[in-house]
Amino acid sequence: MSHGTFSLREPEYEALLFVLRKLLADASARVVFLVDKDGTLLASAGDAAGFDTTSLASLAAGNIAATGGLANLIGEKEFSILFHEGERDNMHLSVIAERLILVVVFDRRSSVGLVRLRVRQASARFNDVMAAAALAAIDAETGGIEELTEADIESLFK
Amino acid sequence: MSFINYASREINCKIVYYGPGLCGKTTNLQFIYNRMNPDARGKMISLATETERTLFFDFLPLSLGEIRGFKTRFHLYTVPGQVFYDASRRLILRGVDGVVFCADSQLTRTDSNEESMENLRVNLREQGYDPDRLPLVIQYNKRDLPNVASLAELHALLNRRNVPEIEAAASSGIGVFETLKTVIKLVLIDLKRGRRQ
Repeated sequence: MSHGTFSLREPEYEALLFVLRKLLADASARVVFLVDKDGTLLASAGDAAGFDTTSLASLAAGNIAATGGLANLIGEKEFSILFHEGERDNMHLSVIAERLILVVVFDRRSSVGLVRLRVRQASARFNDVMAAAALAAIDAETGGIEELTEADIESLFK
Repeated sequence: MSFINYASREINCKIVYYGPGLCGKTTNLQFIYNRMNPDARGKMISLATETERTLFFDFLPLSLGEIRGFKTRFHLYTVPGQVFYDASRRLILRGVDGVVFCADSQLTRTDSNEESMENLRVNLREQGYDPDRLPLVIQYNKRDLPNVASLAELHALLNRRNVPEIEAAASSGIGVFETLKTVIKLVLIDLKRGRRQ
């Protein structure tokens, strides 16, 4: 049994990028990331080059999962917003569209209040894009994955 | 749950190394990290205690090249093996595409192996998986130590599904890449089958 595959296609990817870039500007953030709850980076906007984005995605997912476990212990479904304050940079994490984590890194040019407001506004747009992505996945082309052969898989190890 | 990004032509899969405390899960990842071409692997993260026992997870991202025009990325995780970290183990299993069960071959660890395998099955069920169908590889580690159980004994105890099993001595690298290769193959075959459903 495959436990399922999440596919993201070009139009939805571009739509996510558009929303991310708008959020980056509106929230005066340094960088914004969109991560799935399994710890994979979907997209980013801003100065992401200076970050180890793979590690960031994994740890953000671990962070949300761990606090979700804490939430369950007190009878909550999850804590949907986390805020980490640093000396120079701060990080705002929020669960959106049920399965994604939006990570906003910002410094003193912005504020947690502004970030929260802009994240809330962007969440509705992300929800729309993800709903469209789910619909598109139903009748989308599979792009060759189903044609994988033993030889293809073996070629990875040569 | 594997993630296919058609925009960036990437396949992402999650593999979890499971097993009792001190069986060598982190050692497997450390050996892979040390031997992989730096271009093919990211930074290894270990959330461990001061005595280097895994507290939450170890994480190692690998990029293994392209198939059918897709870059393949595998995210390797370990779970904390100690019994009382069960809540963390459940969280790490979320979205898993394949499991390596790392067994400690020493006779004294027989009960721990059995308990951990049962715990894996319970936790997979809790996450909505069928533990009899998820891609699984069993690694019998520490074969280089004295007082180890025979392969037949370990097989009878842990491998009811008759999945691929590999002998290993992870501290010297024996069997480590064979295990990784085997689980990656199973995951990709499962991904291909999944796409046909």
